[in-house]
Amino acid sequence: MDAIFLQILNGLDKGGAYALIALGLTLIFGTLGVVNFAHGALFMLGAFCAVTVNKVITLSAKVRDESVTFFEAYKDVPYLEMWLGDTGSLIIDWSIPISLVVAIPVMLGVGLAMERGLIRHFYKRPHADQILVTFGLAIVLQEIVKAFYGANPIPQTAPDFFSGTVNLGGLIGMDLTYPTWRLVYFIFSMGIIASVFSFLQFTTFGMVVRAGMADRETVQLLGINITKRFSVVFGLAAVVSGLAGLMYTPILPPDYHMGMDFLVLSFVVVVVGGMGSLPGAVAAGFLLGILQSLASMTEVKSIFPGIDQIIIYLIAMIVLLVRPRGLMGRKGVMED
Amino acid sequence: MAKSTITPRSDLILFLGFTAVVLLMPLWLQPLGAAYPDLMQKFAIFGLFAIGFNILFGQTGYLSFGHAAFIGVGSYATVWVFKLMTMNVIPAMIFGVLVSGVFALVIGFVCLRRTGIYFSILTLALAQMSYNLAYSVLTPITNGETGLQLTTKDPRFLDAVMETGSGIPPTNVFGIEMSAWDGLFGFYFCAAFLILGFYISIRITRSSFGSMLRGIKTNQTRMMYTGLNTKPYKLAAFVISGMYAGLAGSLMAAVDPLAGAERMQWTASGEVVLMTILGGIGTLVGPVIGAAVIKYAENIFSAIDKSVLIDLFSFMPDAIGSGLAAVTSLFVGKGWHLTLGILFMLVVIYLPGGIMEGIERIKRRFFAKDHANNDA
Repeated sequence: MDAIFLQILNGLDKGGAYALIALGLTLIFGTLGVVNFAHGALFMLGAFCAVTVNKVITLSAKVRDESVTFFEAYKDVPYLEMWLGDTGSLIIDWSIPISLVVAIPVMLGVGLAMERGLIRHFYKRPHADQILVTFGLAIVLQEIVKAFYGANPIPQTAPDFFSGTVNLGGLIGMDLTYPTWRLVYFIFSMGIIASVFSFLQFTTFGMVVRAGMADRETVQLLGINITKRFSVVFGLAAVVSGLAGLMYTPILPPDYHMGMDFLVLSFVVVVVGGMGSLPGAVAAGFLLGILQSLASMTEVKSIFPGIDQIIIYLIAMIVLLVRPRGLMGRKGVMED
Repeated sequence: MAKSTITPRSDLILFLGFTAVVLLMPLWLQPLGAAYPDLMQKFAIFGLFAIGFNILFGQTGYLSFGHAAFIGVGSYATVWVFKLMTMNVIPAMIFGVLVSGVFALVIGFVCLRRTGIYFSILTLALAQMSYNLAYSVLTPITNGETGLQLTTKDPRFLDAVMETGSGIPPTNVFGIEMSAWDGLFGFYFCAAFLILGFYISIRITRSSFGSMLRGIKTNQTRMMYTGLNTKPYKLAAFVISGMYAGLAGSLMAAVDPLAGAERMQWTASGEVVLMTILGGIGTLVGPVIGAAVIKYAENIFSAIDKSVLIDLFSFMPDAIGSGLAAVTSLFVGKGWHLTLGILFMLVVIYLPGGIMEGIERIKRRFFAKDHANNDA
């Protein structure tokens, strides 16, 4: 029993990542009607924001190591530590939360540039063309990152405060030790999801966007520049997926093709949840994350070997065969 | 392709021209520095793959993002026949094509229930699933990360009767080794299949089956309203296309008897999409041209490294030269994929019809000029 609960918990952080990317994909699809194959690349760019910030604040100077007296030894000491002492070390320790602040404007900029510079010209083109051009863009983005950071994963560490584990089972008398950062990631993703939904639900801007999703022409006839707002939504989706990637770095060391690995799964998530349905994307994200982690239990694997590798695709196939529109799909979305 | 004059005669000319160009490759590729068998085999194999892909995407408009899975399945099946039965490639390839055909039937049955973007995602997901399986559970069949290779311990039941000597015998066609004629035999073997594949694709395109497929691309709903069940046609196109890919995979295994899961990765599927788009979707020769151009460029670009570039720019002042070398080195060698991605985007944005459309446009411009001159 404990093991099952633990696996459900383990699925939550992965599910959170899937849900965030799928949310962004659905948002872009619902507003602009564009299938964005470069969305995984945005996830990856977010992760590399963390890497860059970390690199910048740990810029180091070679300093004579006084503790070694037998020969001349040198060690790297970050400038921040030299200048600010303990405060400097603290800043370095908290590099991931700090990079959040940097990543938001960067990802917003990237998203806006992408929409204005490229995607905008593809609204009227067939979906196949949209897939192809964003696919090309994804290759370009990931190759650029590869050129700068190399092909190897770059491990990142969570702040000391969040390292280690917490025992969540204490209250209900079970033994559920769980890595703190994964818990943080889950809470973080829930927070982002909640803020995206409340942004759409409770602000005037969100109201206009929802109206535009329902009937673009009428909104335009009312004299509202919906295109501008949709661009902002694209930027927002880029931020969401970038932050998802950034916070995921301590769990999975980022490398240049991490985005593509997540993208394929997120597309499956979107299809299972139902194209165009935001709650569907979120629900399916968590559902598939949890199922994947349950399937990787040794007990399950001994009955169905290899099930953990394919469970998501199997579920997707079953859902599409039984409920072709996905769990919460609406009629008339992408039916042509 | 001239739009107005498609006659059996023009098709015959096209086919004969194509055959001549393919067979004479070792001659006319000489000045381009590409006339060695390895590369020409690649042209033929990927050309075949792209032709097959074009039958699905070009004719029916269904964009599959998982076509590399069939290449992988074809390769694995072929290598298994090498291991168990005989090193003669013919039975192995027949088996490889059949297995990939059956595999395509299963995948197509599931994926073709949906259209458009759903179809693309489903094929992508299924191909990734096969790739993951090949790396994990199916290791007894696929040999995981190492890839499936021949060993001296393989039974090879049919060959065992007359086998002499030790070591792994080379792949052969009824006794003629693939590496015979300085490797040219391997190329001509692949080229024969390319020509055959090209012929079949002309026949399919011109048949009523082909027009049915194009009808599905243009307006599937309307086809269904006329009381036609489009499903068998789509499935047939998918299976044919999968068998082409399986044949390409078999040929890969025939010229180099090993199979690895990386052939099934979705980047490989993306590559064939790229070849088809670059050459020209829906045209007959376009995909082959696209495949050849990409493989040729890959070969040229990935061979260039920084020292070559520094030599190249050495005539310029040092600072400018090394700067230019640094910038261009992003695009060549290991960064070749960056060039590929950019090229791909440019083609999709500015020339959706690919090289064939480009040729058409140039032609039209010249003809238009002629008209203007005549009028004046």
